[in-house]
Amino acid sequence: MNHDIETTITVNGKPVTRRIAPRTHLIDFLRDELGLTGSHIGCEHGVCGACTIRLDDKIVRGCLTLAVQANGRRVDTIEGLSDSGELAAIQKAFHERNALQCGFCTPGMLMAAQDLLLHKPDATREEIREHISGNYCRCTGYQAIVDAIEIVLTQNRAGRKSQVTA
Amino acid sequence: MNARAELPLHAPGTTTDRGYIGKSEPRANAKRLLQGRGTYVDDMRFPRLAHAVFFRSPHAHAKLTRLDLSKAATQPGVIAAFDGRAVAEHCTPWVAVLGHLKGIKSPPQHAIAIGRACWQGEAVAVIVAETRVQAEDALALIEADWEELPVVTDMEAALAGKVLIHPELGDNICFSRELVTAGFNEAWSKADVVVEQTYEFGRHTGVTMEGRSILADYNVAEHSLTVYHSTQAPHMMQDIFSRHLNIPESNVRVICKDVGGSFGIKVHVYPDEMATAALSVMLRRPVKFVADRLESFLTDIHAREHKATVRLACTKEGEILAFDLEDLTAIGPYSVYPRTSGIEGNQVVNLTGGPYRHKQYRAKLNVVFTNKNVTCQYRAVGHPIAVALTEAIVDLAAQKIGMDPAEFRRRNIIPDDAYPYTAPSGIKFEKLSHQQTLEKLLTLMDYDTLRAEQVDLRRQGIHRGIGLAAMIEVTNPSPAFYGVGGARISAQDGATLRLDPAGMVYVTCSVTEQGQGTEGIFGQIAASVVGVSMDKVRVATGDTGTMPYGGGTWASRGAGIGGEAVLQAGKALRSNILDVAAAILNEDKAKLDIVNNEVTDKLSGASKLTLAELGRVAYFRPDTLPMKFQSELTVTRHYTPREYGFVFTNGIQASLVEVDTETGFVKLLKHWCVEDCGTVINPMLVDEQIRGGVVQGIGAALFEHCLYDEHGQLLNGNMADYLVPMSGEMPDIIVGHVETPTKTSELGAKGAGEAGTAGAPGAVMNAINDALAPFKAYVSNQPATPERILRALGKV
Repeated sequence: MNHDIETTITVNGKPVTRRIAPRTHLIDFLRDELGLTGSHIGCEHGVCGACTIRLDDKIVRGCLTLAVQANGRRVDTIEGLSDSGELAAIQKAFHERNALQCGFCTPGMLMAAQDLLLHKPDATREEIREHISGNYCRCTGYQAIVDAIEIVLTQNRAGRKSQVTA
Repeated sequence: MNARAELPLHAPGTTTDRGYIGKSEPRANAKRLLQGRGTYVDDMRFPRLAHAVFFRSPHAHAKLTRLDLSKAATQPGVIAAFDGRAVAEHCTPWVAVLGHLKGIKSPPQHAIAIGRACWQGEAVAVIVAETRVQAEDALALIEADWEELPVVTDMEAALAGKVLIHPELGDNICFSRELVTAGFNEAWSKADVVVEQTYEFGRHTGVTMEGRSILADYNVAEHSLTVYHSTQAPHMMQDIFSRHLNIPESNVRVICKDVGGSFGIKVHVYPDEMATAALSVMLRRPVKFVADRLESFLTDIHAREHKATVRLACTKEGEILAFDLEDLTAIGPYSVYPRTSGIEGNQVVNLTGGPYRHKQYRAKLNVVFTNKNVTCQYRAVGHPIAVALTEAIVDLAAQKIGMDPAEFRRRNIIPDDAYPYTAPSGIKFEKLSHQQTLEKLLTLMDYDTLRAEQVDLRRQGIHRGIGLAAMIEVTNPSPAFYGVGGARISAQDGATLRLDPAGMVYVTCSVTEQGQGTEGIFGQIAASVVGVSMDKVRVATGDTGTMPYGGGTWASRGAGIGGEAVLQAGKALRSNILDVAAAILNEDKAKLDIVNNEVTDKLSGASKLTLAELGRVAYFRPDTLPMKFQSELTVTRHYTPREYGFVFTNGIQASLVEVDTETGFVKLLKHWCVEDCGTVINPMLVDEQIRGGVVQGIGAALFEHCLYDEHGQLLNGNMADYLVPMSGEMPDIIVGHVETPTKTSELGAKGAGEAGTAGAPGAVMNAINDALAPFKAYVSNQPATPERILRALGKV
């Protein structure tokens, strides 16, 4: 008996329609069905944050979300936000500050970082640390990541200020 | 400040510019990872790819009396189901012993256990299916009956040996070692003060972000095997696949694309990975296995688990006379292949007391089998234990004679002018800088101010502690580490540099990349030595089919050994390029130089020829060159450290903590590390690697613990229950350097990868105990959980 459900999701700006088994996790759907392997699977129980993606305007764990739950909604992944240029500033800061080593946590970390940049533009260093505390990184010691996010927050604040002045 | 190593970047008499050495260049190869366009094993898509899922023992020690795979084998999508016997016909077992660890013993281990499981999580069957989902569904239909056997989980019970895990071995002892210096007893009898304490260190594990992953692709027509592997040591694995699967070595190719963290976890032979390679041979198609997180906790090597008593004898003036160590460590039911599980304990014996100038030492080590997951070399192998034991007992001695712990260390560390130096354990130091690193640390942290602040805050009921931990670190290992014991693990590494027609330098090296930035620093070295800009260099690693032979990445050897091979190859390529330039220009080679992608006149600096033009002529118009001239624009050079067993480094860390004496919680306020890895090739990469190491060490000190019950059941084998450091709890970490380049190579680089992890647990434990000192409370178990701190305070 086939219980697959027809599901349409706007993935990185393009609608895709598939029949999906209800138990399929969104992260498995993205990776296995669509070949979007940039989001990674680290723990499959919602702790490590490697599979963090954006569902509509909120970041979610791809391993705790069922693909069918995304029906009629928008999903953005590292691939899409890289191509659109939305992550360019934070990616540049990560690169220049070496805020990644093995890179496995990085796509999820960037998603969490961008969420902070969008929704908490005045975050303090402590708030940055708090905000990315759901994203596990075994390599860096976190400091470079915090530095990179802080650099972009500062740049953005300077940008806003000059806009106001102008 | 030490003089930096002078590199042969330009011909004598022109300039001593070090090029990119010492500069914080971002890593070119990190860009793809930032866009999610890396290639980890699980990202690869192959036609006819099959997925392996393992059936694992629920018991710590049990006889498998019945195994029925028939129902599972007929499920949708299932290709095959095998037990240990079937796989053993294609993969021979191994025994993890080495000749130089005298007396070490371990039983044969199979890719899939046959008839008996010796730890919870040991695989006894495998399902292969078209998708992982199908394989996992089928797994639930395997029928197995077990007869439980007596379980040994306690180290001391294992040592006593009333129940034997492997009766054929005669006892539960894998390896033991004793050492005593000639004047030990006499020195001990002269001591004014003796301090003694027993410490326990829990098991923890690497928790790499990417689980262990392997994709094996056997081609029956060629009898060849290509393995895409998340590993640190591709050539070692090539040799092992070859020997255990009976395929000629030249027919085995191991490829490491991006590796999602390793830390020593991925330098060992894992039975399920060997089984996956065998399955590809058996099924004549590509087979993939990726450990999920629950499997990782049960089967990735664990590490540490020691119970050690350490004693220190000193004079009342504070001169350390001797250390005395008794260490007991448990490794699970098998010594891990091919490096063995005897090295960790052996390192503790070698390294305890390492920074100090005492003359006498006694040590006794027992390494025992238990029915828990296996343990083996994880980042800093033995160092965190040796450092914590040494530094904790040093603090107790300082306290007993009433001396400040920094002053006590100042009096006892080996002076910077005492080298070369042989420690009582027999290890040899080329040149260390304990005095410089100590003074630099105390300045950096403003030690005296912190001490004064600590006194003030105590009056307000705020309990801060300052902990110091001096350390030494094994880096750039020679063949003495593994090769002399019979392991087919290369101590030498090679680099190939090629000037391409467009003037680009293509670098390949046998040292691999797992995020440390090895490829980045190889690019910096190559660009500097040849004389090109960074954008003209490409670096690739991790392919036994196309790259020079070498050991790979472990024991902090990448920069020191691989980097030197790149440097030597760069010198040779540079010379060969100048030969071509001399032929094209019809000028004396000695008058030419290479600067910023161009051949120049050495004296005037005038541009003569771009490397792109030189490449064009050399490759496409060699007819214009003298008849007998042949250009050689690809060169390979190798490097093996030989003069010392290891090129030791040194450093010192400090931790500042605040202990809440009501809750037992520890707040990490700041952490400092000053270390000496010789020539620093890229400060930004070194600093963040040290910080990452420190954070792993903090994890060991405060959070991480693989908890087993008395039945050998792992109680917290998932990421929710096993605590790892997250950004919110971590302090900012200040890193400083002293540079004492090693003279064993031209590059002068020593390793830096393990220093952070080696020193942090000792520094944090000392800081906690410093904070608890007014309460006469003392924590001697790691991790120092809030419960343990409250117990020490007598509050629970």
